[in-house]
Amino acid sequence: MAAYSAGNYRTAPSRGPAAGFGFTVYALLAIVLMVLDRRGGWLTHVRYYLSAAAYPLQLVVSSPAQAWNWSQESLTARESLQAQNAALRQRDRELSLQVMRFAALQRENADLRGLRAALPAVADHWMAAEVISTDMDPTGLRQRLVINRGAHNGVFRGQAVMDSYGVLGQTTRVGPWSSEVILITDPEHAIPVANERTGVHTIASGTGDPDSLTLRYLPGNADVKTGDLLITSGLGGVFPEGYPVARVAAVRRDATDPLPQFRATPLAHLTALHEVMLVWFQETNPAAPSQLQNGVAKTGNPALQRQPVPPLELLPVPDEPKLVPLLPPGALTPTPAHAKAAHAP
Amino acid sequence: MIDRVKDSFGVMLMTVLVALTLSVLPLPLWLGAVRPAFLVLTVMYWSISVPRLGGIGLGFFSGLALDVFRGAVLGQNALALSAITYVAVREHQKIRLKPAFQQALIMLGALVAYEFILFAIDGWTGHPVTTPLRWIHTLTGAIIWPLATAVLDRVRGAR
Repeated sequence: MAAYSAGNYRTAPSRGPAAGFGFTVYALLAIVLMVLDRRGGWLTHVRYYLSAAAYPLQLVVSSPAQAWNWSQESLTARESLQAQNAALRQRDRELSLQVMRFAALQRENADLRGLRAALPAVADHWMAAEVISTDMDPTGLRQRLVINRGAHNGVFRGQAVMDSYGVLGQTTRVGPWSSEVILITDPEHAIPVANERTGVHTIASGTGDPDSLTLRYLPGNADVKTGDLLITSGLGGVFPEGYPVARVAAVRRDATDPLPQFRATPLAHLTALHEVMLVWFQETNPAAPSQLQNGVAKTGNPALQRQPVPPLELLPVPDEPKLVPLLPPGALTPTPAHAKAAHAP
Repeated sequence: MIDRVKDSFGVMLMTVLVALTLSVLPLPLWLGAVRPAFLVLTVMYWSISVPRLGGIGLGFFSGLALDVFRGAVLGQNALALSAITYVAVREHQKIRLKPAFQQALIMLGALVAYEFILFAIDGWTGHPVTTPLRWIHTLTGAIIWPLATAVLDRVRGAR
């Protein structure tokens, strides 16, 4: 009896084959999960519920920082509050003066464009969201935030997120009560921008460094100077046109390198974030982000849509053969028949 | 063996939750780089000292929790943590008897293996940007291992 129980006792903790089997099962499960997550996005719903499950712990994790902020706010002295209040009043006055001027400019712009009425503002409404955790990976792999608004607040995937200084990023994953925001400095993020001074379009990619973007795909002779403001170009379907993104900080042209290096500093305060703004845009505004439908980029305003190609007989037909040798270059451009007739005396 | 009867699943779950909190707590950048992988160390501790309580399932689900919090590819941390948990569970009797310094060296090896699996999966799933900074936590994790075992032993009531 004693010998039997001792033997039984000895076999119980040695779980060689059982552990190996368990490991195989779990490893296969993990690999299947990874493949499913990468391919086809079948796990979107699973992620949605997992993020809901993770939300309480995220709140717990962010609570020390929140408590610190709250105690700092509630322990602020009366004098500093008064000073802050005065500064805010001052700023409010300045901003309302600017807005008055802005309204006049908007009317003027509408007149210049020949539109009958001034267009509605491109930003339809805003929602403030609190940052509940920052995922600033020290290795520079990930620059993400988790905010306390989700599908229950109407947040959708690919929504623009800003702070009061510029574009911050966009939502990548939306849970019921929280969402993940990818910052413009994440190495996997790229934002279509335009140089405000010259109008040249390019793409600003994240570098993983929270205060640096890089401008790729610009030729060596591109007119970009230090201090140029980069604004959103409205392409890409997420950000509307004309919002400030970054300022060019450094241009390095190297004689041996055909492509110069451009560095830009984001205007949004990416490292000291407590509150961000989620923005919903008027889809009918021409400055709204262009949506890709069936492979064709569409902006909301039908008047600005690309028109269908007119039938062939309506197109002006050039009356000369295109390739005539020994003629001045002007003769090579196709000229409509009626223009030709007008020139003939 | 007798004193291990009172090891409860609840105590393990609590320590794992605390470790997860410490692992995802937002920290300044420079501090985040040297932060040890608390959750990995805790899971390793339980796999070595009480392998029957959590086993490889503990590694898998802790890794899955890390994936959810980090927003990584689902299964990345789960696979890496299951792998080193498997080795720890299989060799727990040998590791348990080693002095603290050797245990720390073994942990260094386990953490490097763990980080290498993450690194490989990062490469395969198209996250090529990387820096040597990601390997720092293996060193700090090994250094903190004796302290972590002392704290967890006390929580568990083993000593």
